[in-house]
Parts: sequence; structure tokens; C-alpha cells
Amino acid sequence: MSELDAFRTEVREWLEANCPAEMREPIRDEDDICWGGRNFRFKNDAQKAWLDACAQKGYTVPDWPKAYGGAGLTPEQTKILKQEMKRIKARSPLDSFGIWMLGPALLQFGTEEQKVHYLNPIARGEIRWCQGYSEPGSGSDLVSLQTFGEDKGDHWVVNGSKIWTSYADKADWIFCLVRTDKTNKYQGITFMLFDMESPGVTTKPILLISGNSPFCETFFDDVKVPKDQFVGEINRGWDVAKYLLGHEREMISGGGAGGDMISIGGAFAKAFGKNAAGELDDPILRAEMAAFDTDVFAYRAMGERFMDMWKTGRAHPASSNMMKYVGTELNKRRHELVMSGGGSEALEWDSEESKGGARARSWLRTKANSIEGGTSEVMLNVIAKRILDLPGA
Amino acid sequence: MPLYHNDDQAMLKDSVAPFVAEQAPVSHLRKLRDSADATGFSRDLWAQFTEMGLPGMLVPEAHGGLGMGHMETGIVLEEIGRNLTPSPFLSTGVGAVAALAKAGGTQAGRWLPAIASGEAIVALAIDEGAKHRPDRIATTATRAGNGFRLDGKKSFVLHGHVADMSIVAAKTDGGITLFAVPKDAKGLTADPRRLVDSSLASHVTLDGVEVDADAVIGEVDAGGEILDALLAATRTGAAAEMVGVGQGAMDMTVTYLKERKQFGKLIGEFQGLQHRAAHLYGEMEVARATVMKAQQLLDEGSEGAKLMVSVAKAKAGRAANLAVREGVQMHGGIGMTDEYDIGLYMKRDRALAEFMGDVHYHIDQVARMNGY
Repeated sequence: MSELDAFRTEVREWLEANCPAEMREPIRDEDDICWGGRNFRFKNDAQKAWLDACAQKGYTVPDWPKAYGGAGLTPEQTKILKQEMKRIKARSPLDSFGIWMLGPALLQFGTEEQKVHYLNPIARGEIRWCQGYSEPGSGSDLVSLQTFGEDKGDHWVVNGSKIWTSYADKADWIFCLVRTDKTNKYQGITFMLFDMESPGVTTKPILLISGNSPFCETFFDDVKVPKDQFVGEINRGWDVAKYLLGHEREMISGGGAGGDMISIGGAFAKAFGKNAAGELDDPILRAEMAAFDTDVFAYRAMGERFMDMWKTGRAHPASSNMMKYVGTELNKRRHELVMSGGGSEALEWDSEESKGGARARSWLRTKANSIEGGTSEVMLNVIAKRILDLPGA
Repeated sequence: MPLYHNDDQAMLKDSVAPFVAEQAPVSHLRKLRDSADATGFSRDLWAQFTEMGLPGMLVPEAHGGLGMGHMETGIVLEEIGRNLTPSPFLSTGVGAVAALAKAGGTQAGRWLPAIASGEAIVALAIDEGAKHRPDRIATTATRAGNGFRLDGKKSFVLHGHVADMSIVAAKTDGGITLFAVPKDAKGLTADPRRLVDSSLASHVTLDGVEVDADAVIGEVDAGGEILDALLAATRTGAAAEMVGVGQGAMDMTVTYLKERKQFGKLIGEFQGLQHRAAHLYGEMEVARATVMKAQQLLDEGSEGAKLMVSVAKAKAGRAANLAVREGVQMHGGIGMTDEYDIGLYMKRDRALAEFMGDVHYHIDQVARMNGY
């Protein structure tokens, strides 16, 4: 037996012994997702047991080094762990902006001391992080941000506000872009870390068209931030932010790869019925769904090729922008078709049958896909400039 | 297998790309067109292809070929597409080889070595009407004497008027049977028509064509699977060629955006054009990945190949079509002139898009393969 086969056997046995049956059920509600953090209320004992077991083994962040709370797995081993978890339909033990966003930034730019100090609580689900990037006046033009940190010797005093801060009202700490030099646009921003319980921090949830409030406005009123709480270099936070944006787009892109070839038309044919020829009984919708399926299957191939190339350094460094653009536009199209397929039933907003308006709310939620993390228009700008090398872009 | 070219494939591309660009650039097509060439391609160029071993790439080594796969022939086809090179490579070196290799037997032994050595040009006589409907073949093969008698009409038969042999799909009592019909068969006539892209495709009439029993490719009534292999290979090849056509058109257009000035600016500075060019880039990249996936699945003999082949033909069709339309539009008035090459890309794209099933046909196939 090869080493990897042995590892697979070991993982299989470990999962069998440690993943509770309840954690192998599909996610039904928002509170089935474990976000961790100081104030997180576990839905049940199984959710907590599953997190604790994974945290102890390093499996919440399997590919991070052991010193930072990971399991130190190789890419091949990580892939096997994911495959085995998928096989038993295990839920993710921990969803976390700390894992997805701050972790990669610290691993790339943090000091050894910072890595040990911040990454371990992320891996154990003890500290929940939120991201402070956009401001009311700085969306796509993020670098124009004005939240200001005044240098007071051993600390900064931060004033300003952030918007679209995901789950700011539930987060323990924030990683935040703060202007520290007003004379230098790009090299005048610092990537700061601070506690959301610091005096002067307030949050206000934003009600979205979906009826949900996953995002907040976050206000900073004379917030004291110790001078050792930043990543990278002072005034060079834009480098960290850019790295993270690339990472975020890569993550979104990767979401398109490796999945099952699920056909939207196939799913609706069951609900709609078929005509005598065995075709979905609405020819124009059938055609649109088939065209969509074709594009999705094509995008899956693109996702596979992109990841193969990205991981081996063959991809154009800006190609994650193209993946994000194509993938998010496709997802919006999917939900338009889901709504068309669902007809008036999909319009229901709060009935039990509609699972609280799940389809309508998801449809509305997807409209943000091509706005958050860089709009489609910004993605096209980046492709034009960095890949096609068009002038003046 | 990762979805990018390995070192051997990259080397193949490095030798084929400059060869095609030097020996058969767009001016080569213009020369054939302007001299009203009656063959449809240059035999001298085909001899050069043969020297490089290209016609036999897909032919198994046992039959004198190189035993390569669709990923490799796709590399050649992309360059053929990029340079709009008239060539029987797709019909002969890909479609016919796939069918003969799948069938094996007498005809494979007779024709595969001849294809590999560059001696034989083979045409594919599948379509019967203006649209590709291989499930409605009406040409009949009835038993007569020691063999069969073929009756029917075929259309869109590329190289049909010069082919040494045509693969004819016909209905037999219990299914579909493929036949190898030699060019001198009595009752076989090919009427070549000049198409919009200057290629020559024939209306072929089979009027009581008599062939021996051993003209059957594979087994009688069992041609369905062989036809499927022929179609999958040819469609994937056409998709690869379209990626080349689309990429060629896109490259030419992006270059033009960086040269042409209006309103005192390079037109590539205008965001209205930048976004369209960037969108096109995304579509072309997706099409390329999809075609490579189809090639990979075909080479692996995977069951998922059939779906991906249709996805590839449809997606490459959409993307290349966008590339040539945006190409002509962004070139403005000069894009409408015969002197400028971009229009030739539009013409070739249209012909390739129609060949072996257009975008609509293949999107419909995607629906059917997914049960709706």
C-alpha cells in the first residue's frame, strides 16, 4: 500500500470515529453553519464536538503548518481529506473569514510571532474575523479609502467608517484597511488588526433586497489600535489587500472546478414534465436551460484547467479576474433560470413550502456576486489592462 | 492528467506553429482562391504535411502511423485554424482515421497506411440535407450479388470531388452501416460547390453504386458506433480548428485596437471596446479549456466524452463566432474590405460552425444527454 493509500485509510477511520451522524446531514439553515468565535452559540453538541475534534487534529485548516493549528498536510493529503469528507457528506467543521482571508495574508506577510498568535485561535474557531475594506465613498475605487489612523506614538487613533462588512455584528476582530498617510494614495494604507470590542467601534446591519442582513456598516470613533497590530509594513497595506483580492478571486474561481456535472434542465424536467418526445415541456425555456448547461459544463472545464495551471505557476497572474467574471455572471444566470423554472411558486417569500422564500432570496443574493470582491466591470478593466495590454486602461 | 499541454505536446506546438505560419499563412489561402484552384487545397503543402508525419498522427503505429491522440491533432488543427489553411487534415487525418481505427478489419488495413503515407485523401459523406442530422440517414445500402448497392444523396462532403475514398453512411436492414467507396466506383458522382470560405464541398450522388461486401467498414448494421467515433473525432477537431480561427481573429483585433487612432486616441483606450475585448478573451479561454477537456476524454476513451464533445463544439462555435463578429465590427470599415484578412476569418468560422452540427444542434444534444 502506498503512503497515500495508508493515509486515506487512516483518515477514513478517523472520520468514522469522530464525525457525528448529525454532522453528515445536509445544511438546512443558516445556523447549521459553524462560524466559531467568542459569542458563537452552537446549535447542538454535535456541532461543537465536530469542531473540537477537527481543531484538535488540525483538520479545520489541514494544509497549515502544525505550529499554527493546522495538520501540516501536503496538497495530495489535503485533497484526500476533502474527498473522504465529501464521501461521507461531512459538513465543514468551521467556516471562517479568518481561514479564507486573514490566514493566507498572515502566512504570506506575517511575522513568526503574529502567525503563532493569530492563526491558532482562527484554527480552533475561537476568534471570528471580519473584513473592513469598502467604505461608503470607496467601492470599486477602493484605494481612495479615507478611514484614517492618526499616529500617536505607541498607537493609532482610527476614525471613519466601513461598509459591506460581512457579519461585523458577530465578529470578534477585524482586519481593516486604514489610511496612515494622506499624501500617498497607494503607499499610505496600513493593514490593521483590532478587536471589535475596542471602545468606539459600532456596527449597524444593512437590510438587503433578499430580506437578509449579512452585511453591516461599521463605524470607528477614536478607536485606539496598538502600533504592533498590523500586517506587512506600515503604509504598505495595499500590497496585502491586493494579494488577498487575488486570493479571494482564485477561491471564487476554484468554486467552479471539480464539482459534479449537474444539469439545471435535467432537474427542471422532473418538475415540469416532458412532452411525448421526452423533451422538457416548454421549448424556449428548454433551449435557454440547455444553452446555460452548455456554458456551465464549459466553465467546469475552464475551472479545472485554471486550477491545474494556477497551482503550477502556468496561469497568467490576472486570470483569476477572468474566472471571477465568467463564474459570477453564470451564477446570476442560473438563478434567473431557477426563478423562471419555479414560476409563481418561486415568488413566495415566507411560506413554509418555499422554505422561507429560499429561491427568491437566493436569486436576489446572487446579484451581489458580480459586485462584491470586485465588480464585473472592474474585472473587465483588469483583463483589458493586464492581460490584453490595451492602452490607457 | 492536468488540462494543459505536457512537454511533448508543447514541443509539437513549437514545431507545427511556425511551420504552418510560414508555409501556409492566410496569403496561401488567398492564392488558391484567386487562382480558382480546383482541388481545394495544395498538394505540395499536403506533401510537406506528410514529411512531418501529420496525416498519420492519429493512425495506430501498427498501421504505420504515430499513434498519437486528439490532444495532439488538436494542436495541428488550431494552427490550421489560426492561419485559415485549406487542408484535408480534419476529414482525412482525424475523422476518417477515427472511424477506420475503431472498425479495424480489411478497410482499416487497406486505408490507414495509405493515409499515414499521405497517399490517400478520404472524404466523409454523412450529411444529406442543409443541416447535420446523422440520426436521419436516408441513403440505402441493399444487398446485391456479393455486396451492396448504394443509393442516395450526400451533401457538404468536403474534398468529395478529389477524395480517393469516401466513407459513406447508409441505412441497412438492421441499422447503419459505413462503407468505403473508392473514387472510381460506378454511379458515384461528386459535384463540387465553392463555399463562402472558398473551400470546395460536394453534393455526392450515389446512383446504384455497387460495392463488394468487404467495402463494409466494421460490421454490417453495426456502423452506429463507428459513426459515433467518426463524429466525435471530427467535431472535436472542428472545435479545435475554431479555437484557432477565433484566437487568430481576436489577436488581430486586439493588435488593431492598439494601432488605430480616432478622436486623437488609440481606440483601445475606449472602455466600450476594452470591455468587449476582455469579455471575448474570457469566452475564448473557456472555449479552449472545453476543447482540451473533450480531447482528453476522447483520448482516455471516457464515457463522458460524448457530452463534452457536444459542449466543445457548441462552446467553440459560440466563442469563435463572437471573435469574428467583434473582429469585423472593431476593425470598422476596413474590416468590410476583401483586402483585409479579418473577413476571411468570419467566412471560415461560418463554414466550420456548420460542419458536423452547429451550435444549436449541439446544445440540443446537451439537453438530450441530460434527459430533457
